[in-house]
Amino acid sequence: MKIVKIIALILLVAFVGIQFVPTELNQSDVVPKTDFLLVNNPPENISTLLQESCYDCHSNNTSYPWYNKMQPVAWFLEGHIKEGKAELNFSEWDSLSNRRKASKLNSIIKQVESDEMPLSSYTLIHKEARFSEEEKTIIIQWITLLDDSL
Amino acid sequence: MKKVSVTTAIMVMTFVSLSAMSCKDSKKEHSVDAMHSEMNHDEVMNHDNLNTPNDVVDYNVQTSDAKQVMSDYMTLKEALVATNKEDAAKAGKKLESSLKSFDVSKYTAEQQKELKDIIADAIEHAEHIGKSEMDHQREHFKTLSKDIIDMVAITGTENTLYQQFCPMYDGGSAWLSMSKDIKNPYYGSKMMSCGKVQKEIN
Repeated sequence: MKIVKIIALILLVAFVGIQFVPTELNQSDVVPKTDFLLVNNPPENISTLLQESCYDCHSNNTSYPWYNKMQPVAWFLEGHIKEGKAELNFSEWDSLSNRRKASKLNSIIKQVESDEMPLSSYTLIHKEARFSEEEKTIIIQWITLLDDSL
Repeated sequence: MKKVSVTTAIMVMTFVSLSAMSCKDSKKEHSVDAMHSEMNHDEVMNHDNLNTPNDVVDYNVQTSDAKQVMSDYMTLKEALVATNKEDAAKAGKKLESSLKSFDVSKYTAEQQKELKDIIADAIEHAEHIGKSEMDHQREHFKTLSKDIIDMVAITGTENTLYQQFCPMYDGGSAWLSMSKDIKNPYYGSKMMSCGKVQKEIN
């Protein structure tokens, strides 16, 4: 019984301790000139879909859930966002060459088609981020059109 | 009894601090890696500078860097033809490092710009091939092949290359091969002979 108490105490201390480890927030007030939506000006419905389902991890501005105030959740999210932005950052879209843009658009189509994006760990909590079959179709159609126009 | 609890406590604390430390370590390794590849790059550059004076530019001769990239690409293509995920991943990583140490300084300013763009794109695809499942590897191989085809148009080639094309895979996909025979890297044994020679590149 005593052991359990000690372990519980240590875990509690560790849990409280890690709350003091700071994480960097991915937030910005300005929409840069290179932003994907600004440059390509998609129809409203496409724009909403992209913002709801992609922009949290693939742009310079995340709208954080309340539990991001807590470790180790904040670490987990920070890692995901870092990885997401390294792969594709919609905020810096227009700084890419046409070749790179075409590459990224292709990957977006493939990821959405195969349901790999948005991540299931994300849609589990953000139900609105999940694409319906119909939404998938219109997104892919629009991205394909953009790809052809490059 | 007390001893046991103290030991457990120490173990828990060790575990927590170790896992915190291991996080840091992996970051460190990463930066060492980056430094390492930069160092390699310098070595390659110095090496080239010793052998060929900078002012001699001969566009018809494929540089050793361009040859290495082509040879890695072919190894990757063979692995995909054989539908071998592990070999393809290995070849992808090798290609990634060859691309990273590609010295473009011998080309004209315009060619350098184009080459840098191609290389940046190709690195990303090679990187993904290094860590993906077979179907993803093939997806990335499609765009990678386009990059390498554009690259050859600038660097030239000593060996004759065959640009081949399979109309079935993803709305039509091309690749490069050293031999005229069709061995399809997008389907492997499923549809080995699907495709035709589109162009001969000398």
